[in-house]
Amino acid sequence: MDYLGKYKSAVAARSTSAEVLRCSQDGGIVTSMFLYALEEGIIDGAIVAGQGEKPWQPKPIVATTPEEILSSRGTRYNVCPNMSVLKESVRKYGLDKVGIVGTPCQIQALRKAQLYPIGLRDVCDKIALAMGIFCMENFSYQSMTQIVQDHCNVDLHSLKKTDIGKGKYWAYTNRGAVSQIPLKLTHKYEQPGCHVCLDYVANLADISTGSVGSPDGWSTVFIRNNNGENIWNKAVAAGVFETKPIESVKPGLELVTKLATEKITKNQKEVEHRASFGVGKGLRNPYI
Amino acid sequence: MIFGKKEKKEPAPKSQEPKAPVSKPIAKEEPKKEERPVANKITVGHVHMSGCTGCLVSLADNYEGLFTILDNYADLVYCLTLADARHIPKMDVALVEGSVCLQDELSVEEIKETREKAAVVVALGGCAAYGNITRFCRGGQWNQPQHEGFVPIGDVIDVDVYIPGCAPCPQQIRNVCVTAYLLLKGNAEQQALAKAYLAPLMALASEGSKATSSEACGCDIMTKVINQGLCMGCGTCATSCPVFAITMEEGKPNIQRDMCIKCGACYAACPRAFFSFDVVNQYETIIDAIHGAMNPGGN
Ligand SMILES: Cc1cc2nc3c(=O)[nH]c(=O)nc-3n(C[C@H](O)[C@H](O)[C@H](O)COP(=O)(O)OP(=O)(O)OC[C@H]3O[C@@H](n4cnc5c(N)ncnc54)[C@H](O)[C@@H]3O)c2cc1C
Ligand code: SF4
Repeated sequence: MDYLGKYKSAVAARSTSAEVLRCSQDGGIVTSMFLYALEEGIIDGAIVAGQGEKPWQPKPIVATTPEEILSSRGTRYNVCPNMSVLKESVRKYGLDKVGIVGTPCQIQALRKAQLYPIGLRDVCDKIALAMGIFCMENFSYQSMTQIVQDHCNVDLHSLKKTDIGKGKYWAYTNRGAVSQIPLKLTHKYEQPGCHVCLDYVANLADISTGSVGSPDGWSTVFIRNNNGENIWNKAVAAGVFETKPIESVKPGLELVTKLATEKITKNQKEVEHRASFGVGKGLRNPYI
Repeated sequence: MIFGKKEKKEPAPKSQEPKAPVSKPIAKEEPKKEERPVANKITVGHVHMSGCTGCLVSLADNYEGLFTILDNYADLVYCLTLADARHIPKMDVALVEGSVCLQDELSVEEIKETREKAAVVVALGGCAAYGNITRFCRGGQWNQPQHEGFVPIGDVIDVDVYIPGCAPCPQQIRNVCVTAYLLLKGNAEQQALAKAYLAPLMALASEGSKATSSEACGCDIMTKVINQGLCMGCGTCATSCPVFAITMEEGKPNIQRDMCIKCGACYAACPRAFFSFDVVNQYETIIDAIHGAMNPGGN
């Protein structure tokens, strides 16, 4: 099994924009990349996680202005169905060059949709930039609420940021308090569909990024294909990012590989376990 | 252009049609193909059952892409709307649009004949594959009020490939046309790629429209994905629905079943319905192959 997917190069990177970094989750890679691509006409807009109706509930939006992209910074650890507005991005917003950010499963869905555009007339040839974000698991909105309010004892209205790292789930409040719980306590709230996922670092994206492997405030970035490399090199040349060789940072790719191997091995076991779930009966296996 | 070609082709078969039994005109047709600039095209027909012609329009909506297909890869040997042939000829691929009306003898005969004459039968679109909107028919309409029983073609014949959706999108039809060509006429490598690409659509066809295996509607999303603990909330089903019957509520699809027309698009699009790493990991190779095929001169 190829745990990290195909990639041309890997680097540690950080946005050079203080404004982006002020509220981005990690190195502001996704937001800065979309801002640059929008400005350069590489994309006409991007599907990102905007603000939903409830506090900390994301909602997919088709962002066509820098303001909209900026205001969608930061990770919300609950499901945001970014693929659900793909058709609209082309057919209603009239985008010819679509940017999209997604978790590994969403990027898998995107590539399948490009190959089998069953109900997506005129959409599949218009994907200009697919940014993938690493993902171990995700939560429903209710799960996230329960974790933050019941376990971390933080009100959603005073929540400033949540983060998963170093084996803990972190909740930071607007007033500077930090609450953390062992990640183990959150496992039972995970979305069941995540347990059959066989991708940690968005193997099928043009560029994928996450915090793991790089120091705080920096991101690990995989540049995966020609399209990704083209855009990445231009952005770096334009001074959008500062970069360091991934070999020069701690803990580096070793930790990324370790976590990817753990996730995929565990979930492969789950897929096997499902095959003999009942008595002489199994659950459905989506992988053919 | 299509008509122009057909006109040139027509005279000879016409004169032979009346006296020759079914198998003979076929033998006569083959030498004609060799006169064409591309010798090894496949033959394709469009068979019209009870449908709205929307699937054919969708094929035509490949615009110049349709001409590329017809110029280089496929001869349209049968198509009531676009080709002047009255009887179903022998062909490599039959694209069948529409469901079968059980009370319409001619339809029943023709779908059976299609199976006999075509090496590969493709259910083009929701009606042929799953019944789609014709599932809701109950007769009483002018001018054939007794026409009330409509079934997917898979209830009457074996089907090889499904292209769900209402209408299936032009690029999906294009992809199947090109991969079918590669499967039948390509080199070993292209054949392997095409086979892998078509495999899931063939699997959908072999699951068929059996009540036990598939409802071909939003219900599939519930029973075969969410109920099975497989949904991860990507939203692809919602964006694939042609009638906007699916909205994402709290990160999961919510299906308004009264709006659902049973076209099968949502389930076929869902990455947790089927997902082949062998195919999707090669997405760039496959997309490049299709674009290359659609742009034979290069640019
Ligand atoms: C559920 C989840 C689990 C993750 N798990 C890991 C992990 O295990 N290891 C790791 O290294 N990184 C993980 N990440 C990625 C990490 O949290 C950051 O999103 C990533 O490093 C990008 O940071 P950034 O500063 O470059 O992006 P930013 O510039 O902050 O932009 C983040 C982008 O992600 C979008 N986004 C936010 N929430 C969601 C969502 N729920 N679904 C889809 N898109 C969203 C935003 O709209 C924005 O465009 C996870 C992310 C998510 C959403
Ligand atoms: S496409 Fe499949 S996995 Fe994605 S939201 Fe719909 S049912 Fe869930």
